[in-house]
Amino acid sequence: MTQSQPKKAALGPAALGAIALAVAAVLPLIPVGVKGIMPGPFSTAGTLQLLAVCLVFGALALTYDLVFGRAGLLSFGHALFFATGVYACNIAIVHAGLPFVPAVLVTLVVGAAVAALVGALSLRVKGIAFAMVTLAFAQAASVLVLLNPGHYTGGEEGLGLDATAIPRAFVGVVNTRNLYWLALALLVLVYAIVRWTARSEPGRAAEALRENEQRATVLGIASFPVRLLLFTVAGTLATLCGIVYLLAIGSSTHQVTDSHFSLTVLVMVVLGGLGSRWGVVVGGVLYHFLDDRLSALATTAFVQDLPAVLRAPLSQPLFLLGVIFIVVVLFLPGGIAGAFGHRTHQAAAIEGLLGRFRRAPKPG
Amino acid sequence: MSTVILLAVTGLALGALYFLIAAGISLAFGLMHVLNFAHGAFLTIGAYAGYLVASGGGDVGTGRFVLMLAAGTLAGALAAVVTELLLIRPLYGNTHAQLLVTVGLSLALVALIEELAGSDARGYHSPGWANATTEIAGSAIRGSRFLAIGVAVLVLAALVVFLRRTRYGLIIRAGVENRSMVTALGIDVRRAFTLVFALGGAAAGLGGVIAGSYFGQVEPRVGTGLFIYALIVIVIGGLGSLTGTAVAAVLVGLLQQFLNYYAAGVGDLSVLALLALVLLARPAGLFRSTAS
Repeated sequence: MTQSQPKKAALGPAALGAIALAVAAVLPLIPVGVKGIMPGPFSTAGTLQLLAVCLVFGALALTYDLVFGRAGLLSFGHALFFATGVYACNIAIVHAGLPFVPAVLVTLVVGAAVAALVGALSLRVKGIAFAMVTLAFAQAASVLVLLNPGHYTGGEEGLGLDATAIPRAFVGVVNTRNLYWLALALLVLVYAIVRWTARSEPGRAAEALRENEQRATVLGIASFPVRLLLFTVAGTLATLCGIVYLLAIGSSTHQVTDSHFSLTVLVMVVLGGLGSRWGVVVGGVLYHFLDDRLSALATTAFVQDLPAVLRAPLSQPLFLLGVIFIVVVLFLPGGIAGAFGHRTHQAAAIEGLLGRFRRAPKPG
Repeated sequence: MSTVILLAVTGLALGALYFLIAAGISLAFGLMHVLNFAHGAFLTIGAYAGYLVASGGGDVGTGRFVLMLAAGTLAGALAAVVTELLLIRPLYGNTHAQLLVTVGLSLALVALIEELAGSDARGYHSPGWANATTEIAGSAIRGSRFLAIGVAVLVLAALVVFLRRTRYGLIIRAGVENRSMVTALGIDVRRAFTLVFALGGAAAGLGGVIAGSYFGQVEPRVGTGLFIYALIVIVIGGLGSLTGTAVAAVLVGLLQQFLNYYAAGVGDLSVLALLALVLLARPAGLFRSTAS
């Protein structure tokens, strides 16, 4: 991999990543903000909570990229595993009375089991049918949560987190910066695991299957177990993201099981640049940031005073994000990462996946 | 007994709604492998177009209701044609990107409708006979249930006649079977596809007005909610098979109504269990021998 790389920039991607991480790590200590963009100085609890959720969505986008970008599986069910983390962990604490750490472990096992089950059923069909089926199974979570069997999920009202059961370091407004650092640690951990999985033997086999299933199968790669493995790993990591999200938000609400949320995970990844790890992180972070800030913008006097033609679209963040997404798909298929001209082999893979051009298969 | 009949008719009517939205998705997918995520939003557009016509003046008579049906159909077809020309056509041969672009459209359209019409549900105008009940073997059934079933049967019959008896129908059937062969014979499948897309949009828009009278109200997410069940119907019935879609729509509608009678939500979950069973036993769906 590393032999005779042409020297391009003074700073390699690893150095840039380290700098970005260092900046992100000291951000909660900075008592100034960016006026008009951030809700307040970086060190305030409100800003830190927003940024923590942004980082969780960055991590979630990374896990989804393992399924869609790497294995080429267009799943609409990824939010289901995230929602499993958000709900199962809370239910284990509130209703089963488990302490925090065992609750997290149980939740991860449940998340892996759900992912393996949904994957095993859905992978019986391919391509677009796979997309349909995964969306349908994600709907099961929405139905279950609103059905509220035994009052376990709290239905429409949601389920509040029991603050006495979780570590003190993550409770209270003064500790929001710890939550932020936890989210940052989650992102780093997920990044490391996703990178390792993608470079492992199954990761490469999944990539080969995405490029040319027939050829890979003839070479002796069994498609079903390889794909199921990646699907399950990504699903379990998404469950972990859900647990951190639960800590950051402090409750489980049914919005995370909504079919709209399944679609937004896809939007994050395509926006950032399918197959580019730093790109999808930026996509996830940016998506939630825009969603939050555009909602805030809509209530300002500036927007409220605009004529109706301009006010209507500006008051609906999802409208703007949907339109931005359409423009990206039509004109910028590489997303944000593609726009910066980082034609890594992943970036090229996107275009292969989106069918812009067909590449000759890579040797080895 | 009266409960069984009530549930059966309501379930059939729900199946009819599923069919109206699923038929277009299924045909478009069968012909060009395009999965249109905005199809549910087309139904919502049709429903609101009908709502606009109704709110023109006071009580709704049958004449006004026919106008509402026409407005819904037209709005759905128009939305479909514009979508096909502006968003789907530039991405031909690229089924992933086509799907993604309709995902964005679906999010944007629902948000726009929420902004323009408000996110709360609004009461839907129907003529008196749609809300009046008829006694059948002791169970009181509302007219809107029969209306949904009747309209779906008519749409199914019209589609069958169109596919079996017209030249375009022949091209579409051949295209679903083997698109590259039809193209090799010098026939432009794309034009037929635009027509299929418009017909699907029209059926969805019509379904919007029917859904409005069925539920007695309309809200911005009505179409996207039905869309997911329409997808389940399509997979169970077999991708691209119109007969399969019709049979699966009835099956899913009945199953959902009967089991939801015991506890709300149980029927919805059992539909997903049925989907899982079909995937295990016949991954290609009930009416297709080969996977697409």
